Amino acid sequence: MAQEFWRWKEYNWKSDKIDWKGGSIITGGVDVGSVSSQALILVDGELYAYASMRTGSDSPQSAVNAMNWALEGSGMKQENIHYVVGTGYGRVNVPFANKTITEIACHARGANMMYGGSVRTILDMGGQDCKAIRCDEKGKVSNFLMNDKCAAGTGRGMEVFADLLSVPIEEVGELSFYVEEEPEPVSSTCVVFAKTEATGLLREGWPKNKVIAAYCSAMAHRVVTLLDRIGVEKDFVITGGIAKNSGVVNRLQKELGIEILKTDYDAQIAGALGAALFAKALVEKERK
Amino acid sequence: MIANFGYKDGSGDYFISIDTDKCNGCGDCVPVCPAGVLEIRDNEFDPLADDKMAAVKEEHRKKIKYSCAGCKPEMNMKNLPCMMACPLDAIAHSW
Repeated sequence: MAQEFWRWKEYNWKSDKIDWKGGSIITGGVDVGSVSSQALILVDGELYAYASMRTGSDSPQSAVNAMNWALEGSGMKQENIHYVVGTGYGRVNVPFANKTITEIACHARGANMMYGGSVRTILDMGGQDCKAIRCDEKGKVSNFLMNDKCAAGTGRGMEVFADLLSVPIEEVGELSFYVEEEPEPVSSTCVVFAKTEATGLLREGWPKNKVIAAYCSAMAHRVVTLLDRIGVEKDFVITGGIAKNSGVVNRLQKELGIEILKTDYDAQIAGALGAALFAKALVEKERK
Repeated sequence: MIANFGYKDGSGDYFISIDTDKCNGCGDCVPVCPAGVLEIRDNEFDPLADDKMAAVKEEHRKKIKYSCAGCKPEMNMKNLPCMMACPLDAIAHSW
């Protein structure tokens, strides 16, 4: 079989510092997105484990798989988790969730922990949608906008380009900087037409890197127009898969004239982390 | 909170904005909409609170330009039934 360049790697992570058996509140967050699913465990509000996998055609099964993988090797079982919140596009399909919460609220809450209370604007660039969220110092949403009608400015659009140009998706961002001069952005907004346009550019003799650069800056420009509606206030962060694409992130930074905060956390877990934090707050409310 | 329901595509921005700081969930806007676009539901963007708010129904969110077309023969009209019905001035249209 030919190599599938869009195929990003699945991964899991576990803390070696926390002994979950000593935890009084263990909560889970499951973010079933349109492209990837994350399951995450918090022990007393501390990040304990997570896993990120592809969402298959069976969303409930994807949620179960991700949770099982996050728990793998920890000795923790599903029944040890006190409360699970499901979020994301497929949130109603998390079979073991106690409650579902919209991913907009979860991303704001998650980013608040990942980047700190100074975060005021969050751009979540997901697999098949793009969300711009404004929040306060507690991670409470004050304004938001979501665009899930069009694939422009989403991870899926980038996957299409990785595939077209035969470049592994993880390397797209870096390669976009190896150009002699920054090309004009791809002019088509629609991913399907942008791909057609890119095919034409390749035929004209453009090197791959230049085409990638043109698409990265088109994507950056696209989300800037989306952000205009809610306004951008510092500190500004990006969550979701595209946050890992330096080609888009750097160009976005340049276009907005604002520095984008970095974090040691994995940018893709924001939704699941927020869900688990809400789960903790709900347990605390119940126990009072 | 300003909740923007709608989408942006190649032809423009189509969002109905609900200001939840003004909206008290009274529901006056619901019956006046001839297309049945609005409903009252929990404020799902603040899950730890228990307040209600007006929101665009999920089935209309991605075709709001067409759902609202009956009241809007032209852009930026101000005397829309939903906006006029709201006693608290919490509803706005972006187009």
